[in-house]
Amino acid sequence: MVVSPGWVPLLPLLGFLTLIAIPLFSRREPPEKVTALIGVGSVGLAALAAAVIAATQFAGAPGAAVNISFWSWMQVNGLSLDFGFHLDWLTVVMLLIITGVGFLIHWYSAGYMRGDDGYRRYFAYLNLFVCAMLLLVLADNLVLLYLGWEGVGLCSYLLIGFWYRNPQNGAAARKAFIVTRVGDTAMAIGLFLLFREYATLNIRELLDQTQAAAANDPTITLAALLLLGGAVGKSAQLPLQTWLPDAMAGPTPVSALIHAATMVTAGVYLIARLHPLFALSNTAMSAVACVGALTLLIAGCSALVQSDIKRVLAYSTISQIGYMFLALGVGAWSGAIFHLMTHAFFKALLFLSAGSVILSLHHEQNIFAMGGLRRKIPLTFICFTIGCACLAALPLTSGFFSKDEILLHAWQAYAGFNGFWLAGIIGALITGLYSFRLLFLVFFGSEGSASAHCKDANTRGMTFPLLFLSALALLGGMLAPPLQAVFAESGEATHPPFWVEAIAVAMPLAGLAIAAWLYLLREHPHDAGQPSTLARFWYAGWGFDWLYDHALVRPFLALSRVNRNDVIDKIYRGAAVASRELHLLVSTTQNGQVRWYMATLAAGTILFLALLVAL
Amino acid sequence: MTLLAIIAVLFLGGILAWLAEHFYGRGSRWISLLTLLLAAVCLNSYTPEMHDGVTFTGAPKWWDSLTLAWIPRFGIHFSLAIDGLSFLLLTLTLAMGLFGLAITWRDIKFRRGFFYFNYLWTLAGVVGVFTATDLFLFFFFWEVMLIPMLFLIAVWGYEGRLYAAIKFFIFTQASSLLMLMAIVALVYLHYNNTGQVTFDYEALLGAELPAGIAYWLMLGFFIAFAVKLPSLPFHPWLPDAHTQAPTAGSILLAAILLKTGAYGLLRFTLPLFPDASIAFAPVAMALGAASIIYGAVLAFGQRDMKRLVAYSSVSHMGFVLLGLYALNTVAIQGAVMQMIAHGLSTAALFAIVGALQHRLHTRDMTQMGGLWSELPRLSAVALFFAVATLGLPGLGNFIAEFLVLLGSFGSDRWITAIAAIGIIGAALYALLMMQRVFFGLRRQVEETPKSSAGALDLNLRETLALLSLAVALVVLGLRPQGVFNTAQPAIADVVKRIESASVARSKTSAGAAATDIAAGWPQAEQRQGDKP
Repeated sequence: MVVSPGWVPLLPLLGFLTLIAIPLFSRREPPEKVTALIGVGSVGLAALAAAVIAATQFAGAPGAAVNISFWSWMQVNGLSLDFGFHLDWLTVVMLLIITGVGFLIHWYSAGYMRGDDGYRRYFAYLNLFVCAMLLLVLADNLVLLYLGWEGVGLCSYLLIGFWYRNPQNGAAARKAFIVTRVGDTAMAIGLFLLFREYATLNIRELLDQTQAAAANDPTITLAALLLLGGAVGKSAQLPLQTWLPDAMAGPTPVSALIHAATMVTAGVYLIARLHPLFALSNTAMSAVACVGALTLLIAGCSALVQSDIKRVLAYSTISQIGYMFLALGVGAWSGAIFHLMTHAFFKALLFLSAGSVILSLHHEQNIFAMGGLRRKIPLTFICFTIGCACLAALPLTSGFFSKDEILLHAWQAYAGFNGFWLAGIIGALITGLYSFRLLFLVFFGSEGSASAHCKDANTRGMTFPLLFLSALALLGGMLAPPLQAVFAESGEATHPPFWVEAIAVAMPLAGLAIAAWLYLLREHPHDAGQPSTLARFWYAGWGFDWLYDHALVRPFLALSRVNRNDVIDKIYRGAAVASRELHLLVSTTQNGQVRWYMATLAAGTILFLALLVAL
Repeated sequence: MTLLAIIAVLFLGGILAWLAEHFYGRGSRWISLLTLLLAAVCLNSYTPEMHDGVTFTGAPKWWDSLTLAWIPRFGIHFSLAIDGLSFLLLTLTLAMGLFGLAITWRDIKFRRGFFYFNYLWTLAGVVGVFTATDLFLFFFFWEVMLIPMLFLIAVWGYEGRLYAAIKFFIFTQASSLLMLMAIVALVYLHYNNTGQVTFDYEALLGAELPAGIAYWLMLGFFIAFAVKLPSLPFHPWLPDAHTQAPTAGSILLAAILLKTGAYGLLRFTLPLFPDASIAFAPVAMALGAASIIYGAVLAFGQRDMKRLVAYSSVSHMGFVLLGLYALNTVAIQGAVMQMIAHGLSTAALFAIVGALQHRLHTRDMTQMGGLWSELPRLSAVALFFAVATLGLPGLGNFIAEFLVLLGSFGSDRWITAIAAIGIIGAALYALLMMQRVFFGLRRQVEETPKSSAGALDLNLRETLALLSLAVALVVLGLRPQGVFNTAQPAIADVVKRIESASVARSKTSAGAAATDIAAGWPQAEQRQGDKP
């Protein structure tokens, strides 16, 4: 059975179109079951189609590739773009993650969003998101990729601001869109540059052509850095990471799907897709690794001190994507994608379990108001624990395998001890610390103020996705995708010294121990006293918001306010006023008094004669 | 003859609509509708020609032309012609004419006959502008479309209509006088060279002009078109005129009348003065980029929703200017696409503002908010067009802006990089508009009783009209090739002229001949032409 890859994005698109077309035919909102069936079913079918494609065309063939072109999109002079897809194992892995995890999250949402007056709108946006995300990974040219890229940004905007009645949600949504668009603009300029140099935007042709370039060609470096700009915007990396914590204003399944599992990893996909281009430039590679290393540390520290359960997870997402960027920067391409995959599993699991916690506590998100929940919502507790163990990369969980691979490559890439490896190791300690801090504060210890009226909100429709994701998170480490052929990587490299591996294993355990000491064994972890200056600085995300607010937002607002009435218009108005004044001045001479006329006549004549004589 | 028929139908329909008012008050709009449909049928007879664009090599330049003697003594003819570019813009003109009519079907409360007379005459003037191939006739139509538009603003406009109408008139009239002078000077110089008086476009294309004078003549044309476009220092008429005009008038202004400026640049300024245009291109591109940024900043600062949309037009038309003066095929194709896509998206936004004003009796965004829960259909449609206006890929506006930037990056990368920042600006104002109007909490609860909320939302006529534009934008975004093919011959012709001028330029500029070009004007850097 051969299934065209076109079906994979088309099915969610059809779901979206059906959902938005309903009001044209019916005055009443459809029942929630119908909406859920369309919304969840379309993504389920897409997942099925993706699985069939993977099984029939890619299983056992690591080097397989499929190209398919639907129509000629743009053909203008030198520019020739098809609306076409390119599938290799990298694409297939992404397809499976997006449709698979996407399907589970859709399924969960059907229960989570029950009773919301925007139920149909929610699924419409979510379906559109899946479609755009699929186009992003399927695209065979950079413009189609950009289409998906901006499309997911739009859906992210719509879903963050889904509960539109609260203006803060709207502000968070706009912040997300605009900050990522800053990155997108850099990326667009990168595309212009590549087109100017290589006269094509088709990914494979472009990569073929760039291979002829000299190593560290400045144009390639510049193009790679501009594309990195797009990637850091979308993936919430330094310096454009500020939008993601605020993006938690959206419904929690949205955070799971868009702001943890799929969209925010688009930057990682972009760099992995264009890895031959990045590999040509040492500067660009170091830049990617530096971005990753710094981000994972900065976001990890911020995650340590947050008080909102979703913000902890948001910062941990930023930090984990930092690991992926670090992996890309040291050339561990398949390690980055592997971590992307396991992260999608365990972070989606964590967000969905957090959603269950939040729903059970009637929309309480402050972790200091929680505590002792493990007996009240045991299933959620188990799922959350699995998620935390994977996030912290405890041995034998999926996160352990993928993170270990990244750390080993970081060690090998510079043949020994280096800063990137050290950052990864410190990050592992921090990750263990904040993961278990979260777990202990929410589920252990004494009951917080909100724990009293905790009522398990999991329906059966929400339980199944949680269980599936738990299984994937635990066992995902065995599903290492066969990406060596795509990335042209050799097999096993030399093993680093034993102590290096031992440290990588020990760090998360150390984090767990410290967290247990601080938050489990102490008497009153809840009232930790006044937060120190450093904690407040970390809490505020290292002051990036403050900096951008003062350096960019306020000057721009002031400028637009000052110039609301358009200075250029003032010039023309000034001209109009001047001519009217002149008119009034001259018309005073025409006052109907004969002696005034006689006087001016005489004066004029004298002046004229005087001039005549003088010349 | 079909071309003449289109114009004649519109002129006569206008007169009929005026007369009809005396017999049956609502007859005028039905006559207008029939007139526009009849004109559309006439235009439709050209659609078979569209496929010729694919193989444009051997085909004649004009699909159809018509020449009648008018004032033979001065070589003035009534000559019309249509090619792919004209066809696209005529289609846009009639489609937007129909859209404006449909969306404001019941809005005109007084002097209906005179309203539709002016409406149709404006359209007739625009059709003439897009098809005239005699410079005098072109100028004639240029003025014809101005006067009825003036009445539309001054009679049926909002609170500040007289001020806006006079401002509109002075700006356009003053600049078109510059163009008239340039036309006469051009004809005179051509007469000096050849001894033949003619206003014919084809004949004047070959006129040999001294470089210094050509530059000034080019400026005469450029300023007239830049005012209409509008480009940066000449834009202040636009926000007032757009804001004060009735909804149908705003749609005509934004969707069609602005495009006459862009058309003029492409059809007349560039091919008539290729050499001077090359020299002027960096300035024009800078003006385009400045318009993009400046318009976006101003749009962001507005409280009046209609003014916001008006300033967004300044920003979007900056892309047209930038694309045209990048002087290569990719960018000019983008500019043409922008004319169409901006026409559709802005017309829809003005229709939405009009619908809101009709329902809420205000355009002040600080008085709105939270409309989504009461007007879900209107809000969803507004969301679509707001997203189109910020250039979301998959819609026509993205194709246009992307091609403009892609093409102009090959000509001047710094100006293009600055212009690209404008797409952040578009996101800023479009999303701010969505937030202030449709999201958040409802402000004026007492204004709209809950019981009639269903009646307030878009009715079927409005929904269908807006949806058809939405579909058109999606089609333009996903299958834009038809537009490219249709416009390609005209664009190729312009680019060819520019390139041959550029080659000649590079030959002469090697010698001492460079001195005869007015010193002090910025020298164009060596164009790369089409090859990126």
